[in-house]
Amino acid sequence: MQTEEVERGLAAFVQRNTGARAVRIENAARLSGGASRETWTWDADVEYDDRVERIPGILRANPTKDMPARAARELEYWVIRAAWESGAQVPEPLWDGDDTFDTVFMTMKRVDGETLGPRFIRGEQYAHAREVLPAQMARSLARIHAIDGSKYPQLAELPRPEPGAGPGEAALDGALQGFRLASRDPHPVFELAFRWLAQNMPPAIEPTFVHGDFRLGNLIFGEDGLRAVIDWELAHFGDPLEDLAWVMMRSWRFGGPKPVAGVGEREDFVRAYEAESGRTVDRTTLRWWEIFRTLHWGIITISQADTHLSGRVRSIELAAIGRRTAETEIEILNLLEGKY
Amino acid sequence: MQDRPTIDELLEALSRYLQDDVMVNTTGRISFHARVSANVVEMIRRELATEEDHLAEEWAGLDGLLGAEARPATLQAWRARTLERNEELSRRIAAGDADSGEWRTAVFAHLRRMSQLRLRVSDPKLAAATAND
Repeated sequence: MQTEEVERGLAAFVQRNTGARAVRIENAARLSGGASRETWTWDADVEYDDRVERIPGILRANPTKDMPARAARELEYWVIRAAWESGAQVPEPLWDGDDTFDTVFMTMKRVDGETLGPRFIRGEQYAHAREVLPAQMARSLARIHAIDGSKYPQLAELPRPEPGAGPGEAALDGALQGFRLASRDPHPVFELAFRWLAQNMPPAIEPTFVHGDFRLGNLIFGEDGLRAVIDWELAHFGDPLEDLAWVMMRSWRFGGPKPVAGVGEREDFVRAYEAESGRTVDRTTLRWWEIFRTLHWGIITISQADTHLSGRVRSIELAAIGRRTAETEIEILNLLEGKY
Repeated sequence: MQDRPTIDELLEALSRYLQDDVMVNTTGRISFHARVSANVVEMIRRELATEEDHLAEEWAGLDGLLGAEARPATLQAWRARTLERNEELSRRIAAGDADSGEWRTAVFAHLRRMSQLRLRVSDPKLAAATAND
């Protein structure tokens, strides 16, 4: 979308939703990052009869209407709203999109802060944030996992395991399908992982609401630590340990020396989560999810490159991600050999 | 034989342009994508400098796991045949041949080395950090 189109559309959209006399949109700009979505920042001056209110906002939209979108993308508004109402640290949802633009979109309040992992790991001003972030992440994860899906009928469209299948089976099955679909080349390391994961499947459990992409890089932070959990497009019903495993992956440590977001110890984080959630974390199952999630990220690198190679979305960023598969392979080999 | 600059010299010029001109004179997405592009150009330079050596090592490793085979004469055929041999390796792993025993140990050693060689091209810093894993 072009800036003028965004400004014009948002002015009408905000006016309809607030019932204001007039709305002026300023500072609309597309943010970098988020290869599969357009994210725009903007400010709205909302003029009522007796006052003017300024709303700092974010617009999230699919790049095109006909882009093959998971249901989750169109549900992002309801996902964030459920998390907000559950007490997790998330941006305040504003309004779900309508037919203002020629694509699917939603809006939320803008939260100021940083998202770049390397700055969190190295920035001097984030020394305190590095101390407190793991416990804050554990608390928000516990609240996200406490979302009662039955209270939000909109969330029924989120992916969930077929009846009778556990989250692990469903995840492995989906990963295998995604891999066979997107991969143009053989990946023997992934075959080793698929085989081990199938042979060591954890017992099936009742699925829970999970974020699906909870990690450093998808968190807004400041000097006070965690400010908001963002990027909800992979939310689904699964095993809460998926989210714990994802946080600890090497790719999301951004060079930091410790497993949890580069700054926290694994066991401290798991205990903090257990205390906040009232759940007991089975360490063997957590390890299964760590291996699965590393494989899963490897498959994402392949499928993002495929999004470029197939011509669906031409992007140097997507193309370059295809060369990150090797880093997941080294990690899979380490994990399969019992090295953390 | 082309005239100077060589491929590597041209790529270096392109990389410098992206870093010194485009990145510093742009912001947001354009600057970010210029950085990604410069990284890609540097990756291509590393790949061009090492591809034959890495392919030779991969071929020798596959010989050890799947049985010796003569190396195709052209680079293109060599790459294509290497892919096919990796497909064969994948099929054998999926069939359970690497579930235990000596062959499993050999497969792990080979794949660890191959991932390490690929990382040296795609991410030399990470390659150095994981070299002794």
